[in-house]
Amino acid sequence: MKILKIFIILFLFIGCSQLKSDEKSDELKNKILKNIRCLICQGQSVYDSESEFASSIKLIVGIKINEGLKEEQIYVFLREKYGDWVIYDPQLNKNTYILWLLPLLLFLLGGAIIRNKLKFTN
Amino acid sequence: MKNKFSLFIVIIFFSFCFVVFYKGLNNSNTYAPKIKDKKNIPTFQAKDFNSSIYLNSEKIFKEETFYIVNIWASWCTPCRIEHPLLMILSKNQSVKLIGLNYRDNLNNAKNFINELGNPYSQILIDNDGALSVEFGAYGVPETFIIDKDKKIIKKFAGPINQKIFEEIKLIIK
Repeated sequence: MKILKIFIILFLFIGCSQLKSDEKSDELKNKILKNIRCLICQGQSVYDSESEFASSIKLIVGIKINEGLKEEQIYVFLREKYGDWVIYDPQLNKNTYILWLLPLLLFLLGGAIIRNKLKFTN
Repeated sequence: MKNKFSLFIVIIFFSFCFVVFYKGLNNSNTYAPKIKDKKNIPTFQAKDFNSSIYLNSEKIFKEETFYIVNIWASWCTPCRIEHPLLMILSKNQSVKLIGLNYRDNLNNAKNFINELGNPYSQILIDNDGALSVEFGAYGVPETFIIDKDKKIIKKFAGPINQKIFEEIKLIIK
């Protein structure tokens, strides 16, 4: 009887840990899918889209996660196939310098204008 | 003097905005991934359409010739439109056409080929679309030109029209 109890506890414990790891990989999958742009219904993420392309990407991302690829490695794979645009979160490279640096430049410019104005009024 | 300078800056700023937005009006708002460099063909295993045997990509692209990989499906209307041009291309000795049957019903696909003719030297089945993703495709029809070094050198999204047909003929010449 005691052995049976131990077996039941062990079985439940293994089942729970399996569920937790499935939950974790589902979370990662959803996080990645929300960051991939659907190229068919542009303006929607692959996570939200029901297009043929989106369902293929959902499948591929699942396979890559099961193969043990990390989030960044999956993005690299998709970038290689479809270019930078397929990822919502763009990397800093020569094509995206303006995108990343323009807000900072505008902020500095605005700050300089305000500073000059304040100096002038004082 | 200062007012004139400010006015000048404002005019320059608005002119810049006008030019940027005006140019943007003529740009297409749909994005199509472009092939900048030559890409190696992916290595894969796929089921043959006729024999249902699994084939390796090395075996499929073994000859030293140009290959055209065409992604098609029986449910895709533009595939019907481009099919006559594919039939003409299939008669060209310097190229081999590989068909990738995308997310299709096998019987419908066979009916499509029986009705319109088979331009492909080999047809592969892509039931879940995973193989098309390996090629970097995002819809049907799509066509990839592969050179003798087994590199993807050109990609055409959408149906092949007369202009694309002439371009392909020039590439494989």
